[in-house]
Amino acid sequence: MSFLPHTDDERRQMLEVCGIPNMESLFADIPKDLSPASFDLPKGKSEMEVLTTFQALAEKNYSHLVNFLGGGFYDHFVPTAVDAITSRSEFYTAYTPYQPELSQGTLQAIYEFQTDICRLLDMDAANGSVYDGGTALYEACQMALNATKRERIVLDGGVNPVYRKMLTSYTANLDIQFTTVPVSHGHSDRDQIFAAIDENTAAVIVQNPSFFGVMDDHSDIVEHCHKHGVLVIQCVYPVAMALLTTPGEIGVDIAVGEGQSLGIPLAFGGPYLGFMATTKKLVRRMPGRIAGRTVDRNGKEAFVLTLQAREQHIRREKATSNICTNQGLCALRAHAYLSLMGREGLREVAQLCMDKRAYAGERLNAIPGVELMTHSPTFNELTIRLPADAGEITGAMVERGFAPGLPLGRFYPGMENYLLVAVTEKRTKHEIGLLAETLEAVLCQ
Amino acid sequence: MSVIFTKSVTGRRGVKLPNSDVPTTGTVPREFERKTPLELCELSELDVVRHFTELSTRNVGIDSTFYPLGSCTMKYNPKATEAVAGMHGFAHLHPFLPQLRHGGSLVQGALRVLYELEHHLAEITGMHAITLQPLAGAHGELTGMMLIAAYHRDKGNKKTEVLIPDEAHGTNPSSAAIGGYSVRPVPTNPETGMLDLKALEDMIGEQTAAVMLTNPNTLGIFNSQIQKITEIAHRYDAQVYYDGANLNAILGRFRPGDAGFDVVHINLHKTFATPHGGGGPGAGPVGVREHLTDYLPISRVIKRDDNSYALNYDFPKSIGYIAPFYGNFLICLRAYAYILLLGAEGLKDVSSHAVLNANYLKQKLSTHFDVAVQHTCMHEFVLTAQRQAKAGASALNIAKAIIDAGFHPPTVYFPLIVKEALMIEPTETESKQTLDAFADALIDIAERAAVDPAFLHNAPTTTPVSRPDEVKAARNMDIAFQG
Repeated sequence: MSFLPHTDDERRQMLEVCGIPNMESLFADIPKDLSPASFDLPKGKSEMEVLTTFQALAEKNYSHLVNFLGGGFYDHFVPTAVDAITSRSEFYTAYTPYQPELSQGTLQAIYEFQTDICRLLDMDAANGSVYDGGTALYEACQMALNATKRERIVLDGGVNPVYRKMLTSYTANLDIQFTTVPVSHGHSDRDQIFAAIDENTAAVIVQNPSFFGVMDDHSDIVEHCHKHGVLVIQCVYPVAMALLTTPGEIGVDIAVGEGQSLGIPLAFGGPYLGFMATTKKLVRRMPGRIAGRTVDRNGKEAFVLTLQAREQHIRREKATSNICTNQGLCALRAHAYLSLMGREGLREVAQLCMDKRAYAGERLNAIPGVELMTHSPTFNELTIRLPADAGEITGAMVERGFAPGLPLGRFYPGMENYLLVAVTEKRTKHEIGLLAETLEAVLCQ
Repeated sequence: MSVIFTKSVTGRRGVKLPNSDVPTTGTVPREFERKTPLELCELSELDVVRHFTELSTRNVGIDSTFYPLGSCTMKYNPKATEAVAGMHGFAHLHPFLPQLRHGGSLVQGALRVLYELEHHLAEITGMHAITLQPLAGAHGELTGMMLIAAYHRDKGNKKTEVLIPDEAHGTNPSSAAIGGYSVRPVPTNPETGMLDLKALEDMIGEQTAAVMLTNPNTLGIFNSQIQKITEIAHRYDAQVYYDGANLNAILGRFRPGDAGFDVVHINLHKTFATPHGGGGPGAGPVGVREHLTDYLPISRVIKRDDNSYALNYDFPKSIGYIAPFYGNFLICLRAYAYILLLGAEGLKDVSSHAVLNANYLKQKLSTHFDVAVQHTCMHEFVLTAQRQAKAGASALNIAKAIIDAGFHPPTVYFPLIVKEALMIEPTETESKQTLDAFADALIDIAERAAVDPAFLHNAPTTTPVSRPDEVKAARNMDIAFQG
């Protein structure tokens, strides 16, 4: 398959215009001894053959298991219109809106996405997104370190362990120290967090709901931190924000999170969507593309990329971040999703998640030998303790058609018997019932 | 057009969700409840679809018109790869599935895609191993800097700075700085458009952690002394980084690994035709030579003796996690499909025709514009509109006039070392007819500008808005709709 339009005649004419004898001569600058030692790739195939190959590969993946996996990445319903909207190639084959006259669609969509995020989180300002939730968290740390001129970050153990691992690797070559405070029954441990704060602490990072799904109100942590000149970064689950205390309500300085649950497919880990929001005070320290509303030279409303003086293409090594693009198309998906769901739709999704989680809790807790880790209220996840290694049990459950949850041993040593079970609006009563029955049967064996 | 929030009608709905089928009701305790109103839109599905369709008409992509944005490789994005990315077995696969017992067996198709793509990219770049995890080109650069830092730390090398040519993309110095290094720019020889070798030799030393290069560089020139540069750097154990932004020029003609580069990043959204998405998501896989392999991020995909695939986390020297999972999987998937469609010969043809198109267009425009460097270019070239600017037709004005002629303008004012730069990258998927039409339009603009540059100042006149006030935008900072 080739996407080249050139005919032999045209190639000849073009070479003639260039005064170049043949195609090989175009590469005369590449020294002969640097010709590739090998270029061993398969022969090209037709579109039909390639589609068949990929259909076969796709079918080798178990995407049809009844899914109770979450851990920050959820199997939510995506309205069909989201795909229809984002399939418009005027959006997806465009690039960063450097020429605002040709990019009003992208720019206005980013502006509206920023508005969605501000309204969802009750924050003053949001950016046009970064790569993923973990990157958003890392960038929030950089904002806090720069704003406070301090070097320590206190990290609550309820923050997604994947993100905590990302923070550690990102900062290995920098003078930043992280102190991780273990959770107490899935909750942020106030005493230990406060004890970990010193005069060199830039920020405390918490997550709501915690990785174990536990809801919290971090207002006491915010109050304590602000007394000591420490910023609070809160990582949040955007769907839960329809019902739970928002970062803005309690005075969080930087709110971040993973936007995958807002209409973006699970896609084996990406592309996803990191969102970031902050206060008026810190907005100029926020990285990433930001769209602003202004007027054009005729006084007409217009949208542009703004505050670009922070960015790498202007500031180079002095930029606030090295991030170049946002996750434009994923942000567009999230904006389309939130527009379709609307106020009531998102509240209903969140409520359904909670209802079904409550039902799952009752059913799983009733199984002999299974215990809920905590009776604290959780949003759409629950952590259960099994009488044996959770990994072993997941293996048996997979054979019966379930992805029953995430075994926690690899992320929390000592929790080998624990399973994190996520329930979204897509799971039916029947499926939850079957999960409980099957688990009970597996445990009886 | 109005922002979507002004179209909201209280009580209107766009999506109907199923009624709850469970007997229980989950409740949020009062102390954890949201107390502020949730001010999202209330619209019908048609309201939303019309809004976004209207937005799309105010946007231009590669499918709409010629988009010769230099350095961005805006080539055609095949529709078949979109279809592949939409397949259920890929799009709805949970990334934590491999965490289940024998979980690798649940995602064999996906792991095979990752493994094979790594293998092909290693062959294309001449590197020993690849990580697909970096989520964008700039993220690949940062990953590269982290790998280099880990290497030097491991060897006990005391390195403090990274040398970067002054023509480099802005992300290069920024990534090096974020990676913890100070940055020193190396001048470019204005005659040859290549790195000033003498300056490099004067600046490099034991303190140099890395030299970051783009080849062909942002002027579209292939540096034939590249091996000399890697030799100089290696004398000081400085690692040489290849910014693969311009890989589209050299597929099957030059492999950075063969010239001694230690680290390479590849922009899948450029060379391998994945859509740019209005500014992302892209993907920036990184390749390394053998001595850096142990530092690659985890997890890594391995192939077992029985030809099955697995994820391995057991690499004690690894820099760790740089992405939540395995990279921007659906972008990698599209790139892999693209490679299978084109094959070895097809990829070689990509580069030769990208270079042919660039030289052809350069030749046609050189009658009316000054070329920054007089030399056979690779996949792109840079014009300078200094002559036109003196008469009042700056690069910006020319770009705006190009919009009225029905094309997307080139990159302007980059690279920074060329005054009034117009950086043009036509890509291989454009036909001779399109290139001719674009050249005619630019020549027409140049001729009219010579007589009456004022006409350019009104451009564009064919777009929904014209020359938005960026100063006002930064000063007033209206970045979220109030009301």
